[in-house]
Amino acid sequence: MATETLIWLLPLPPLLAFFLIVVFTNQNKGLSHTLAVGAVALSWLGSMMVFVRALGVEHLGEHPFEMSFPWLPTGETWLRIGVLVDPLGAATLFFVAWTILMIFLYSIGYHNYGQPAGDHDHPGLPPHGATVTDERGHKHVVPSVEPMYSRFFAFLGLFAFGMYLLVVSDNLLTFFVGWEIMGLCSYLLIGFWYGKPSARDAAVKAFMTTRIGDMFMLIGIAFLYSATGTLTFREIFTEKVLHALEATPTPILGLSAAGLIAVLLFIGTIGKSAQWPLHVWLPDAMEGPTPVSAMIHAATMVSAGVYAVLRMFPLLSLDSGAMAIVTFIGTFTALFAATIAVAQNDIKRVLAYSTISQLGFMIAALGIGAYVAAAFHLITHAFFKALLFLGSGSVIHGMEHGVLHTGNHHMDPQDMFNMGGLRKRMPITFWTFLIGGFALAGFPLVTAGFWSKDEILADAWAHHHYIVFITLAVAAFLTAFYTMRQITLVFLGEPRTEEARHAQETPWTMTIPLIVLSVFAVGYGWVGIPEKFPLIGGLLPNWFHDFVGHTLPEVPKAPEFSWVPLLTSFGVALGGLLLGWLVYRNVKSPAEDPLQLPVLKNKWYFDEAYGFLFVRPSYWLAEVLVYRWIDQSVIDGILHFSAQATQWLGDRIRYYIDVWIVNGFGDLVGYGTQKAGRKMTPIQTGRIQQYMISAILAFLLVSVVLFIFFQMAA
Amino acid sequence: MIPLSWYLILSAALFSIGLFGVLARKNAIAILLGVELMMNAVNINLVSFWRYLDPTRMDGQVFAVIVFAVAAAEVAVGLALVISVYRRRKTVIADEIDLMKW
Repeated sequence: MATETLIWLLPLPPLLAFFLIVVFTNQNKGLSHTLAVGAVALSWLGSMMVFVRALGVEHLGEHPFEMSFPWLPTGETWLRIGVLVDPLGAATLFFVAWTILMIFLYSIGYHNYGQPAGDHDHPGLPPHGATVTDERGHKHVVPSVEPMYSRFFAFLGLFAFGMYLLVVSDNLLTFFVGWEIMGLCSYLLIGFWYGKPSARDAAVKAFMTTRIGDMFMLIGIAFLYSATGTLTFREIFTEKVLHALEATPTPILGLSAAGLIAVLLFIGTIGKSAQWPLHVWLPDAMEGPTPVSAMIHAATMVSAGVYAVLRMFPLLSLDSGAMAIVTFIGTFTALFAATIAVAQNDIKRVLAYSTISQLGFMIAALGIGAYVAAAFHLITHAFFKALLFLGSGSVIHGMEHGVLHTGNHHMDPQDMFNMGGLRKRMPITFWTFLIGGFALAGFPLVTAGFWSKDEILADAWAHHHYIVFITLAVAAFLTAFYTMRQITLVFLGEPRTEEARHAQETPWTMTIPLIVLSVFAVGYGWVGIPEKFPLIGGLLPNWFHDFVGHTLPEVPKAPEFSWVPLLTSFGVALGGLLLGWLVYRNVKSPAEDPLQLPVLKNKWYFDEAYGFLFVRPSYWLAEVLVYRWIDQSVIDGILHFSAQATQWLGDRIRYYIDVWIVNGFGDLVGYGTQKAGRKMTPIQTGRIQQYMISAILAFLLVSVVLFIFFQMAA
Repeated sequence: MIPLSWYLILSAALFSIGLFGVLARKNAIAILLGVELMMNAVNINLVSFWRYLDPTRMDGQVFAVIVFAVAAAEVAVGLALVISVYRRRKTVIADEIDLMKW
């Protein structure tokens, strides 16, 4: 099959699976997950074929796989849609296909496929366990299957479609369509357990917050289209169009048209990739099932935001003002989210804030022009963050086993202070989580996270962005610190609760993805080792830089080697890990945790501030201004007035026109006829000869009249 | 030749006698007889106008024949009605057959 055709087909199997599950197989759990996993396996296979073929093409950057057709006539031109796989697209396709496949597989185990239905489970609530009796008559409580199992896989399928569509799009329109489909799926999946008020609120919050970003992004797309008349990436990124956009000034912030469009599109990324100030939705999104957190809120959807900036990089890099904005947002977010992460106790929330922080790293890297480093970190992060989330899901799952064993449903299985010592109970989860955590922390030389983060730092240093360098180094230090805090609290030491003591390793459908992803979390770093790196540099070619760098017309140079960022990377990673272990190895309860500062615990009060600044005014606007004043007073007033006026007018018409004139006339005709008939009855004698006489008299009368008439006429 | 006016006078007299009979007689059969007289007056008119105005055309004779046929049918129906009324009400006096009174 031609590669272009194959690319067209990539997004379709998951979409098909979505429809089939929704329409036909929603009653059959096994068939549903077979369809969904089979569909993404097909897409995975296709993606791998595309990726391998992309590797075989010389100068893929100049001659990417692309195919488009005219779709929508717009006046004299056509809006074209199509597919494009350039080096960036191919690299993205690679990690998207792997993580999606792994997460689908993991979901089977996470939702307890094969377990009995729960005793008191309801659709819309997490399963609570089922009681079974074994052959000796003992009663056991075992995990119960998710009541809305098929629905989950349907939504995941739709989500996978959105992500594939976005990655293979050659234009901003279909890109945006995929983007919005993922937004919808994010909403549906965060609110998957809609019976929980917190999940409902989180879903609404995520949807509303990303909507702000998407709105600006749509404005940016419209602006771009009105300015250039095309939305196709490769038509925009031509010398002529870029130059024209660069030369056009705009009245806003002194940005050029290129810069303004890039900033507008970047605001979409702020929403989608949860950057400050629209970061608030991502931690709350952890209300969803853990595979959702892994897929949507760590590996793919939030990556789409960074991918959007990577895609629009030629446009963004034209305007230094726009670059400065991007750099500031990214750097600030990286540090800011890292500070919050150190004080969170929920295992998934720590990861959520670390995701925000790592995405900030990528955004900051793009802001300083480190295109390849950002793409590299995007991919390594997707692997190890998916691994960490799936690992955390595995931990929670194991803890829920413990909860079922003790029957204490009031214990929070996600609170890290309820865990401890899980390395013995869940060895596979522990080792894979350790690999993921060390990758996140940037453990030197071995892990992928080290190479990508080091490259960002090296770029920042080489391009003399010292403030960015220092901030990111501090953020990296905090990253290592809270990662080690998490590992220490969850896995090391002794179990702090009875539930942790009875935690259990999860089934193979959950551990296999962990192992596969941990291979990537280590191995993917090796494709991007800088050539000048001491000792091991040059042993492997810096494939990633060569490959992805050719996406841009001017291949960015790898930063000059310097010992400063290298030693910094070593120092912050090892120092953070060591400090984290030293501080938390003996901590038994939140009270002993030195970093439970209220300001960090409460996330710098951003939720409260937004509540005060936006939510309460919105409520006030809705309740008082719009409802009470405008709706009830003005609009209802107008309605009531017009109703009364109409009634008054109707009454008048009834009394003076209907009753008098119309009814009067009708009555006159009716009664008149009746009366006339009554008066005429005497002449109806029934005697035929009288009738004849009157007929003849009438005839004579008429004759006489006619005669006179004709006489006069003559 | 006898002038046309004589025929017309005869026909008018016959018609008037018939009309008088229809209006004045009480017996229903006599009323029917009056009607016959009036029709024959018309026939005389038709035939004489044919003879005196345009003998080459057959209209007048044809009309007269049709009137005969209609008159015969009418008498048949009329007498049948009279007989039917007589059987039910034992009378042929027109004033007493006031079924059409309101």
